[in-house]
Amino acid sequence: MISTWFIPLIILLILVTATIKHVPVYEKFVEGGKEGISMAISLLPFLVGMMVAIAIFRSSGAMEAMLTWVSPLAERLGFPEEVLPLAVVRPISGTAALSVTTELIKTFGPDSLIGRMASTMQGSTDTTLYILTVYFGAVGIKRMGNALKVGLLADLVGIVASIVVVLFLFA
Amino acid sequence: MINVIWAMLAVIGIVYAGINGTMAEVNRAIFQTIDDSVMITLSLMGVLIFWLGLMKVAEEAGLLRALAKAFRPIVTRLFPDIPRDDPAMGYILSNMTANMLGLGNAATPMGIKAMKEMKRLSGSDEASRSMITFLALNTSSLTLIPTTVIAIRMKFDSAAPTEIISSTLIATAISTMAAILIDRYFYYQRRKKERHI
Repeated sequence: MISTWFIPLIILLILVTATIKHVPVYEKFVEGGKEGISMAISLLPFLVGMMVAIAIFRSSGAMEAMLTWVSPLAERLGFPEEVLPLAVVRPISGTAALSVTTELIKTFGPDSLIGRMASTMQGSTDTTLYILTVYFGAVGIKRMGNALKVGLLADLVGIVASIVVVLFLFA
Repeated sequence: MINVIWAMLAVIGIVYAGINGTMAEVNRAIFQTIDDSVMITLSLMGVLIFWLGLMKVAEEAGLLRALAKAFRPIVTRLFPDIPRDDPAMGYILSNMTANMLGLGNAATPMGIKAMKEMKRLSGSDEASRSMITFLALNTSSLTLIPTTVIAIRMKFDSAAPTEIISSTLIATAISTMAAILIDRYFYYQRRKKERHI
């Protein structure tokens, strides 16, 4: 309930402070907002390219096939097999991850160990590929350096941490 | 690396569709996704215009500088390349604040603006050190209260929908710390390589 107050209060704070300091608020709003147009346009090729590649991978069934491939290996490492699809999908596609999370919670129940692991995983990491695409794309940077490697490795730590923390807190 | 991953996603998908007999689905997905990505960009454009406009007002009012000043000891350590009074700091902090409060749709425009300020500082088309650190923080997620997940749990009648806040917080803290350390590690590796040349 408090969260519905956040955004209006931030807007209020900014506008009141600016008005007191004699900032021409409307003119500055329009001036700053203009930048959003070019950023969004610059983003388009990056987003179209990335989303189409992911869509091909998903719709062909290759993503599911990859999961059945990886799962015996994961099982041997002591990784709970049920949450593996989420772990693999989480950094690649936000919508796919959300549907996998929902599915897991629905099947195993929100208060099961698997349900808690899925919830924690979903909440504690973000869609790395999407973030890199959008943030680099909007400012026109093509060479990402080590950003992808760093992001994916941090995701891996986050996923393993989710499992261990849930086992530790709830098992 | 991104070139290889991008091509692999599409190539593996198409070859697999050939074997699996799902070429029709692939065709449909391609054109559906082209439409979807334009729609996403358009709705993002509205959000970008709104928040960038508002943040410009906040910047002129000195609010971003005040925010940067309050967190100076932490952020100057995380981003040693950015001058301490630079507007980039203010945008980085507003992005992190919005992320922590779970305001995803305000966080993205502020993050993109922060990237633009960092690009101005580096003056290059290549990802700079600060950009990589900044994105490492963003991809590891900074969310304190995972509202979407709580909503899903409520929908499926969880006895304690919010109990995962504690586990999420711990996991987020671990992954964020890992992101910072991994980022540092790669940065020093890069420096070592440069020195040898």
